[in-house]
Amino acid sequence: MAEKSFRVLPGFGLTMGFTLFYLSVLVLIPIGGLFLRTFSLSWADFWKLATTDRALAAYQLTFGASLAAAIINALFGTLLAWVLVRYDFPGRRFIDALVDFPFALPTAVAGLTLASLFAENGWLGQFLVPMGIKGAFTPLGVVIALTFVGMPFVVRTLQPVLEHVDRDVEEAAATLGAGRLRTFVSVIAPTLLPPVMTGFALAFARAIGEYGSIVFISGNLPMKTEIAPYLIVIRLEEYDYTGAMALAVVLLVISFALLAVINVLEQWANRFSR
Amino acid sequence: MSIELKNITKQFGGVSAVNDVSFTVADGQLVALLGPSGCGKTTVLRMISGLEAPTAGEIFVRGKRVNDVPVQKRNIGFVFQGYALFKSMSVADNIAFGLKIKKWTKADRDARVAELIALLGLKDLENRFPHQLSGGQRQRVALARALAPKPDVLLLDEPFAAVDAKIRQELREMLVNLHHELNVTTIFVTHDQEEAMEVSNRIVIFDKGRLAQIGTPREVYEEPASEFVARFIGVMNVLDCEVHEGVARYGELEFPTHGVTDGQRLRIGFRPYAVQVSNDLTAHRHFAVLRHTYFLGVLLRLELELPSGLIIRARMSKEEYTRLNLTEGREVSLQIRQYRVLSREGETLPPEVSVTHSLSLSPGEGI
Repeated sequence: MAEKSFRVLPGFGLTMGFTLFYLSVLVLIPIGGLFLRTFSLSWADFWKLATTDRALAAYQLTFGASLAAAIINALFGTLLAWVLVRYDFPGRRFIDALVDFPFALPTAVAGLTLASLFAENGWLGQFLVPMGIKGAFTPLGVVIALTFVGMPFVVRTLQPVLEHVDRDVEEAAATLGAGRLRTFVSVIAPTLLPPVMTGFALAFARAIGEYGSIVFISGNLPMKTEIAPYLIVIRLEEYDYTGAMALAVVLLVISFALLAVINVLEQWANRFSR
Repeated sequence: MSIELKNITKQFGGVSAVNDVSFTVADGQLVALLGPSGCGKTTVLRMISGLEAPTAGEIFVRGKRVNDVPVQKRNIGFVFQGYALFKSMSVADNIAFGLKIKKWTKADRDARVAELIALLGLKDLENRFPHQLSGGQRQRVALARALAPKPDVLLLDEPFAAVDAKIRQELREMLVNLHHELNVTTIFVTHDQEEAMEVSNRIVIFDKGRLAQIGTPREVYEEPASEFVARFIGVMNVLDCEVHEGVARYGELEFPTHGVTDGQRLRIGFRPYAVQVSNDLTAHRHFAVLRHTYFLGVLLRLELELPSGLIIRARMSKEEYTRLNLTEGREVSLQIRQYRVLSREGETLPPEVSVTHSLSLSPGEGI
């Protein structure tokens, strides 16, 4: 740079330095430490600890239920955001405020509430259980809890984008002969896909990390409704630190890989605005 | 494609945006809907397109009533002020959108898109996304997209308002050329009287939701139907005069007028070009001081202050200004060669009653 351009806030050097320091202390060093500890294991030992039947079942539930919850949130969160942005109705602001509720509510409280709702003698459970829908102490319960905690992410990511969608564009499609479905599918949906995917990724990531609400609603039955984070806690309680580490590393690697994939998809979906 | 509006009224929540408007647009015309913001012109355009339904009245296209025909079926091309391009589609896909809906074959679509790309000078931009284009380019894509399905009528809502002055000029010329070439009936909305005069062959002027006048640019300029039109189209000096001894007067200015009675109040208007200015103080009867000169290019606008303090505007070529050796602060003499009675006692006159007096024809008056 031949000439220094004027900046209101401190420039690149200071902010970048701080960013790296901050990231290191909060993210990189703990993760590095985790990997270092697991390196003390041989590959065979690590593999054995990380792929016990119980662990595999736990991964499956964690990632499967998280994916299901994130997909449900992507669909219904989009609908909710659409209704909140596009329509004016009595109580709109109240509902809008309610969206943040899962953010604020301690997850243990959420888990407890949901568990009592869906239990066989609960408000909803007394009707649902006879119909064969068991919402408590089943994998379905895990999905319900994860949907609850992840819901605000999709709505809040999508809302500002929806507010900036021009009505003009819909009218332009209509003047060119497009009906409602065509306008939505060809014109509106592609512009909403990137924020929906961002919201999906956030809800998914949140679900993978969720612990508090699930331990109450799932019942934590090994091989059935036990999530991976809970298994880690059990390992720790057994003073089996390396066992816990092995599980943690697997969770970390899979989460990272999934987020990387989602990021690539997001970039693709957003190709028209770069 | 002739379009006829019959007694069209549009109300939004009890407030009339458009009030009992009727006019006809003949086949192949290029018509401007002109008026200040909020005068209802955009609403009229949207009702023609079908994006808005009239509260009362009927719209006919080629003699067929279209009130109940949905916007999708009206076969119109609409260009929005803010472009309204589909941002997730490339330029070519934007243009092809209407063709896909009309189920053109791929080969036909490609040919039509290529044709429009060439027609609107969008070569090499086919694969760009809208955000990669300049404002002028976006507006040309919007125009291409609207024209692609061969609409019966092209409607443009303030099409050039969002681009800078130079591009706006290019786009105006392009619209005129396109109209020559395609001869598609075109209606565009503008609040810029210069744009309306330059581009259209007929102007429909709106004032507060009502139709103020329809005519060629020349007609609305030279034969304004009301004071509103006179002041909106071009610059006009307007004076509130009172009649004394059979002559309308404003301060020292006198305007001989037919059929008036003493004490009557008249609104008299004259264009800046009708004010003749001389540096020879014996040439004309009135005197004024040149207060300010605005350089507008070839023409200059002068602000002249009469002894009574009244400021009137005059127009003059650069050459004449130099020849007369005028400077600000200098005293000049002037006469008003042409004026028009805009209204008497609050009543608005229809154009055929409004008489243009030419003072050179009545030398005895001595102004």
